[in-house]
Amino acid sequence: MATPDISIESDELPARKTILQRTGRLARKQPLGFAGGIVVLAMIIMAIFAPWLAPFDPEQANFADMLVPPGAASNMGDGLFLLGTDQFGRDLFSRIIYGARTALTVGFTAAIIGSFAGLALGVASAYFGGYFDLVLQRIIDVFMAFPLIIMALAIVAIFGTGTDKVIIAITIPFIPRCARVVRSSALAVREMPYVDAARSIGYGNARIIFRHIAPNVVAPFLIMLTAFLGEAILLEASLSYLGLGVQEPTPAWGLMLQGGAEEYAESAPWVPIFPGLAITIAVFGFNLFGDAVRDALDPRLRSR
Amino acid sequence: MKSRLTRFAASVVLGSALAVGAGSISASAQEYGGELRLVVGSKIPSYDGHIESTFGMIHPIRPFYSMLIRINPDNPSSPTDFVCDLCVGDVPEPTNDGKTYTFKIRQGVTFQDGTPLTSADIKATFDKMAFPPEGVASNRKAYFKMIDSIETPDPETVVFNLKFASGTFIPSVAMPFNFVYSKKDLDEHGYKWHQTNINGSGPFHFVEHVQGSHVLGKKNPNYYHEGMPYLDGFRAISAPKMSVRLQAIRGGQADIEFRGFPPKARDDLVKALGDQVTVQESDWNCVLLVTPNHKVKPFDDPRVRQALSLAIDRAGGSKYLSQIAIVKTVGGIGFPGHPLSSTPEYLEKNIIGYGKDVEANRARAKELLKEAGHENLKFTLHNRGVDQPYKVVGTWLIDQWKRIGLDVEQWVQPSTPFYATLRTKKDFDVSLDFNCQAVVNPIADISKFLPSGGANYSDFEDQQLEDIYNELLQTGDPAKQRELFAAYEKRVLNDLASQFITLWWYKINPYRSYVKGWKIAPSHYLNQSLENIWIDQAEYKKQLGG
Repeated sequence: MATPDISIESDELPARKTILQRTGRLARKQPLGFAGGIVVLAMIIMAIFAPWLAPFDPEQANFADMLVPPGAASNMGDGLFLLGTDQFGRDLFSRIIYGARTALTVGFTAAIIGSFAGLALGVASAYFGGYFDLVLQRIIDVFMAFPLIIMALAIVAIFGTGTDKVIIAITIPFIPRCARVVRSSALAVREMPYVDAARSIGYGNARIIFRHIAPNVVAPFLIMLTAFLGEAILLEASLSYLGLGVQEPTPAWGLMLQGGAEEYAESAPWVPIFPGLAITIAVFGFNLFGDAVRDALDPRLRSR
Repeated sequence: MKSRLTRFAASVVLGSALAVGAGSISASAQEYGGELRLVVGSKIPSYDGHIESTFGMIHPIRPFYSMLIRINPDNPSSPTDFVCDLCVGDVPEPTNDGKTYTFKIRQGVTFQDGTPLTSADIKATFDKMAFPPEGVASNRKAYFKMIDSIETPDPETVVFNLKFASGTFIPSVAMPFNFVYSKKDLDEHGYKWHQTNINGSGPFHFVEHVQGSHVLGKKNPNYYHEGMPYLDGFRAISAPKMSVRLQAIRGGQADIEFRGFPPKARDDLVKALGDQVTVQESDWNCVLLVTPNHKVKPFDDPRVRQALSLAIDRAGGSKYLSQIAIVKTVGGIGFPGHPLSSTPEYLEKNIIGYGKDVEANRARAKELLKEAGHENLKFTLHNRGVDQPYKVVGTWLIDQWKRIGLDVEQWVQPSTPFYATLRTKKDFDVSLDFNCQAVVNPIADISKFLPSGGANYSDFEDQQLEDIYNELLQTGDPAKQRELFAAYEKRVLNDLASQFITLWWYKINPYRSYVKGWKIAPSHYLNQSLENIWIDQAEYKKQLGG
């Protein structure tokens, strides 16, 4: 009987791919999501390193350089205004870089708090069921009956303007939306045998919820979280544009658009155009990135 | 004093005559007919002129009413040119050592409901404003503190008896809010009826008010000023957004806006319409004030308040902000250029924050803050959610204060909660506030700075300031008035720094050049009866067709 020829090479593990190779594979597989990821990364870098990246103080008015067009030099000899200046002579490029900080502060804070609060409520609602679920879902129905922007406007009207108030105004409408989606997944997880097993050996509710159910609804949770990021940035810009969000002189894209769109759209079009572009690119980037995350986490889409 | 008054009138008239673009305001033969479409950027809180103070009410409602006297519609830039409206002849000279004014009332005037107007209606109107019963609001009560009694010896005569002679009486009577109401309406319907109903004797009759849309008026066929009004009617269109108002004029959907546009908007309109637009400009009897809350630390310390004023480069602000906002003129507490007001030279030498050496001012501000122990002060500037000029000036102030090391955030509120914060909650550090008046009447206008004036939100008391003002109110001698005015100003801006001035507003009115006859005044409340406005029909057809 012949001995099978077992090559020594067959015991070797396949060569480990480098980060660059894996990034290249991701870029080929998810080109749009990859582009979105680049935008998100760029925004994060802009936000963190704003003091080093911005050539001018974003809040410092310099009236000798009012409404200078893009690419023009400062009349004070301070340097070049890459994207021009606004009506107070402030460098638009610097304000856009710092504006990323405002957008991400509001976006991440609102999206993370809103999503985690929604996760807790959604899982609890599914797990406890009964009267608690019924009442909570009806409350969520009430909240979800209002469009996001209307709900946010109402909250700002109650709490007032400012960065902290805007975060609250955006966070609150996110909670019921995340809770509703998470609950539907948690309802299925609740019926799994391992949950029954955990219950039968006497684990407490908190342990079952946080150790056994919550980790199994993380896919829809992450999808909601990434979707909320783009929405939060857009909402912050919308509220600031309406004069109800972040206030001058804080650099914020919506606020920059509001200050420039009405009066300078004709005579100094760069004033509204660049903040508008920044909002568009950021929201587009976050949406593409969110779609890619969804595709990666959804088993039905993963094999395609 | 007289020569200063003449110079003042001349300078304001010159300013008002400034026409940008090819349109002109030259007089020519008036034409009858047409409807004037004006855009109004504020809501109508009520129709009652005696309780309101907003152009949102004046612009659409004033044309329905008459006044006892008014500023001369043909010379509205003058602060002293008053003419009779419902009275006959010239504005009367006082008798009895300046304590009695006797007006002869025009006969044959009727209200819109047909009721004849007599001296009893004038008395009822001024009684309502000067002596309102408890529970009835009157925003004009403080202006008529000098009135002792009003008598009507016959239907054609009304006599005002004053407690003391006062130079502010005639300007106060000429205020455009003093609509003359029918005594019959007041007797039958009470003092609140005019808040929701209109029955006037002005150049136009009320037709309709569609909330949020428009107010419609038609020509009063029985109007008592001969040959007027020229228009068949007017339509006051509600348009809260500035861009909408601007584009309405540009697109031919509206003819005029009476409050005023910022400089860029004027430039865009002139660039787009060329000689189809006329522009009138004028100094404006409106100023933004910085109001520190004296009950909040450290703004109870005059050194901190003085430092805030010293940090402001008013001359630089005037040069640059006037290119982007409806502010321009550097001045003290009185309307710039008025004989009673301080001159720029006087302000520069005597009032803190007006000196030309900005760096020296700021160095002194830093010293004061250090002395007070608040070098790196952080506070919130409370502001009104209106772009022009509030938010623009607020942003500028924050930049100015940053230059002396202060860290200031802006807290913006819409108008209603903004005033609730100033008047009732009082939970602000430092706020912007405004002093906008109609007829230029500096002695009355500066009551804004008086702790007991009713409109001072700094929350402090100062008997010395009260005493100076009371003396000023009862002094007829112009030289003495100026002396007391200067003392009052120094007390407000230097010693107490209780409030301080930013920049005076500047009024810019671009409008379609087929609109003729209107002359700009130093207030957006004045000269709004519309009776002297007419439409050049040929020019209208040329510009808009049909």
